[in-house]
Amino acid sequence: MTIFFNQDRLVIRLFLWVVLLLIFFASDSIAGYDYIDINNPYIKKIPIAVPLFKEMNGSMDEQTKAREASVLLSDTLEFTGYFKMIDHGAFLEHPEKQGISETAINFKNWTVIGAELLITGGLSMSGNNITMEMRLFDTFKARRLLGKKYTGGVSDQRIMIRKFCNDVMYLLTGSHGFFNSKIAFVSNSTGKKEIYISDFDGYNPRQITKSNSISLSPAWSTDGNWLAYTSYARGKPDLYIKNLKENRGCVVAKEGVNITPAWVPGQFALAATLSFSGDPEIYMLTGDGKVIKRVTRNWGIDVSPSFSPDGRKMAFVSKRSGNPQIYSKDLSSEQEKRLTFQGKNNTTPSWSPKGDKIVYSSMEDGQFNVCMIGADGGEPKQLTSSAGDNESPTWSPDGSLIAFCSTREGVSRIYVMTSYGTEQRRLFSMPGEQTNPKWSSNNMGN
Amino acid sequence: MQKKVLKGLSLLLMLSGLLMFISCASTDVQSTPDAPKAQLAADTTASDAGDQDAAKRALEEDAIRKEQEAAKNAFISEDVYFDYDSSTLTSSAQAVLQAKAGWLRNNPDAAIVIEGHCDERGTTEYNLALGDRRANSAKTFLVDMGIPASSFKTVSYGEEMPVDPGKTEDAFAKNRRAHFTIE
Repeated sequence: MTIFFNQDRLVIRLFLWVVLLLIFFASDSIAGYDYIDINNPYIKKIPIAVPLFKEMNGSMDEQTKAREASVLLSDTLEFTGYFKMIDHGAFLEHPEKQGISETAINFKNWTVIGAELLITGGLSMSGNNITMEMRLFDTFKARRLLGKKYTGGVSDQRIMIRKFCNDVMYLLTGSHGFFNSKIAFVSNSTGKKEIYISDFDGYNPRQITKSNSISLSPAWSTDGNWLAYTSYARGKPDLYIKNLKENRGCVVAKEGVNITPAWVPGQFALAATLSFSGDPEIYMLTGDGKVIKRVTRNWGIDVSPSFSPDGRKMAFVSKRSGNPQIYSKDLSSEQEKRLTFQGKNNTTPSWSPKGDKIVYSSMEDGQFNVCMIGADGGEPKQLTSSAGDNESPTWSPDGSLIAFCSTREGVSRIYVMTSYGTEQRRLFSMPGEQTNPKWSSNNMGN
Repeated sequence: MQKKVLKGLSLLLMLSGLLMFISCASTDVQSTPDAPKAQLAADTTASDAGDQDAAKRALEEDAIRKEQEAAKNAFISEDVYFDYDSSTLTSSAQAVLQAKAGWLRNNPDAAIVIEGHCDERGTTEYNLALGDRRANSAKTFLVDMGIPASSFKTVSYGEEMPVDPGKTEDAFAKNRRAHFTIE
């Protein structure tokens, strides 16, 4: 087989000065693959081989970058939970030496070690620029599924690899995944609780608030441009609505609490709990912080709104039955429905991006665990167990993963698991305690 | 002749009397410079007596001040405790608030902040709302007892500021509180 390039050249802007050249290798097999059973993709993981990248020119710098690239590609794909990475020791051939295109690959050498998919990569550096090409193969069909070439600055290697992974995931699952998403969370590393943002995999955490007080409950707008959160910067819990790109925003500082924001999907509007009436109730606000209307009308606590992906329904916590339980409200018919009946403390609901599930924290025997229930109620399923307190679940934008905070290792840290509760792992480690994770949409750009 | 002697004698007597008078007078005169001293001494005694009164007053004032201080300290240090996941005032919580109402009546100008706190169980978000309800329960009780609502501000700290960071029931009970401060 020979590679021939189709001349579609897509120019994609990364940073202002970075241009990626995407050259689609000809492929007649983009559509129609169901490699990943999206009904339960984690039961049978796809065995995939990601050998070292080939250094095209062979300089020392290139060698380092090539090694980094294959590790990063492997880690990024493994993060999804869909793949079983095949150990390099089992490899019978070495594309980094023998060649990375179809002509150089003996697919039998890969099928015999159980690899169903193979990704080969090549990297060349010139000055401060790198070019990477990556190819995805179906080893049993001896066929290339995807081929891309990227050029950019050396520091954009991670972005290029994530772009490729994005395309791999789209090809295999029909969904764009979460490689462009970020996670906001609360950390007390400085001694005070402040809001931080990291990449989806915990890479590059950076401090967003510097209020030197208490900051809590970050919430993303769908476009990723706005972050709402609660801060005690002025001595009481006020709601801050902050544009992350420009230095502007507003503060909702009514009497009482101004807490638990959640953006309406696709709109410059959000719900939050305000207690200026003397009772904590959920209100709808504009992105400018003006109250549009009151949503809950019930004496006692109403808190922690989370919207269905179409924005028509809202899950929330109410104490109307005597203890905190999860309810949903149809925002047009105003009908409310209690969803949880097990346990006496069910809080922090998070509506799945597919719309069919709600995850929440549930306390039983003094311990919190992450549970999942149908958007219309039903039997809850417990996703974490016997491992400290597990709270504040939040969905990845494609609905495949759930991040949450847990005290399983003593202090609270942020963990990720599949939506089936499998493959629970710590996202990162930093000083202090981390709580309140909130996963953004996948439109964060880079 | 006898008359002359008598006159002479009487004159002598008079003279001696005069002399005595003079001497007495001179004694008096001599003693005069001491008079202010005596006066001073008397004054000192009198002011000693006044000082004692003042000291007594000061002591009383001090006692009152200490009493007020103690009342103020009790007002600040005595927290109102709540049951788990509850903002309802127990009878002991009400007793504490009644004592606080007494102090507030004597101190009508005090600007009060009521903080609502929770134990660490329950999520951060829910506890912010619960702390708000606790602070408001305490405020409502005091307003119902005739203290003007304008005396109060409420701040919920949820589970953010425990007095006891322990993980025991005892620690949790101490942390579920409404705490009063004076602005």
